[in-house]
Amino acid sequence: MVRAAVLPEDRTDILFHSYDGGGITITGPSILVRKGDEKSFSVFGNYYVDNITSASIDVEVSGASQYNESRTEHTLGIDYVHDKTTLSLSHTTSTENDFDAVSTSFGISQDMFGDLTTVSIGFSQGDDTIRNSTDPLFREYADRKNYRAGITQILTKDLVMNLSHETITDEGFLNNPYRSIRYVNNPGAPILNYSFGQEIYPNTRTSNSNAFKVRYYLPYRAAVQFEYRIFNDTWGIDATTTEIGYTHPLGDKWVFDLRYRNYEQSAANFYSDLFPFEDSQNFMGRDKELSPFVSNTIGLGVSYEFTKNSGGFIDKGTVNFNIDHIQFDYSDFRDLRSTGYLTGDEPLYEFSSNVIRFFVSIWY
Amino acid sequence: MRILTTLFIFSILSGCAIEPWVKPYERQNLADPIMSFDRDGVSSSYMHHVYQARESARGAEGGTGGGCGCN
Repeated sequence: MVRAAVLPEDRTDILFHSYDGGGITITGPSILVRKGDEKSFSVFGNYYVDNITSASIDVEVSGASQYNESRTEHTLGIDYVHDKTTLSLSHTTSTENDFDAVSTSFGISQDMFGDLTTVSIGFSQGDDTIRNSTDPLFREYADRKNYRAGITQILTKDLVMNLSHETITDEGFLNNPYRSIRYVNNPGAPILNYSFGQEIYPNTRTSNSNAFKVRYYLPYRAAVQFEYRIFNDTWGIDATTTEIGYTHPLGDKWVFDLRYRNYEQSAANFYSDLFPFEDSQNFMGRDKELSPFVSNTIGLGVSYEFTKNSGGFIDKGTVNFNIDHIQFDYSDFRDLRSTGYLTGDEPLYEFSSNVIRFFVSIWY
Repeated sequence: MRILTTLFIFSILSGCAIEPWVKPYERQNLADPIMSFDRDGVSSSYMHHVYQARESARGAEGGTGGGCGCN
């Protein structure tokens, strides 16, 4: 029997998300609707919102007050299946008061070798417009290109593996316009003081990610997953991500997920928490996202299937709740909100976040 | 080296004739939804966004990526 590639399932997801940590609260919905003709085409639309309230360490240190903003993202896409080939095309727009992003993505995947192997490649083109809410004349641009390749391989009747690679190139204004560096303003003095200055980033960045993951069906009905990703970029950042997960169904209705994730990165080569003097380098950044740090996540998920084979419009549905606790520990980013310390001796920054996803999915 | 090259070319050319070592009727475990790498795309895509906005590493997460506006 010749089997064709499979269209994505017709389903709708209504998700509420919440992020709370480091002085930032972000909530909002994400709604996905997907419908196909059961033969060749499947179209989808996704509506996503971030409602942000921020009094992060960066906002506090800059002397600004808490702010609120929102980001709205729309995606439209189509998948087309012919024989063992799937073509995918999608277009996304993201809008906020000081940042607009537009991206178009194309992908093709091919099942081969008796459908044991799926090879996929993809390309995305993104264009960002960056503004500054404190400067009406400020307007900068950035161009992003993503190149992806992957292979999914069935190894045994209980084991599947995936290898994937992605190269991303950025060109343009890559700074965050609100962030500052700090530098010693009286070098050589017995007691050092510091001032803030403007960040200067390179105008280009290229990064490479390679990921390996396997998923194994245990002798009883449950699954384990292991994932490892290695990352590097032309800014000198090296990072690794390691994730393990366990999925355990209970009867026909319940599915429980448990996961642990570790992430470690080194600093960008133009990062410093405290530059030795003003204009000491061509490129300078003090974003904590460019500093060396470790994050650890532990997450729990539960899913309940509320209908099955009941006839009517809905084939089945699930109610899902996930909570993830993330701890960030920075090894060269100091908490400047602390007082009474010598310059450069402030305590290192750390914070934790709770991330909640609550969603209902229906298949029809 | 020539032998290795010949073997490599032969293996590529014979690839189309590879007999699937996991037969379709042996794939009931792999077809179980709990074996999906990405059971709920909307939900996992959101988590990728959470990490991308706070970590420098990006890419090879399994989604389409690009222009998420997460800076």
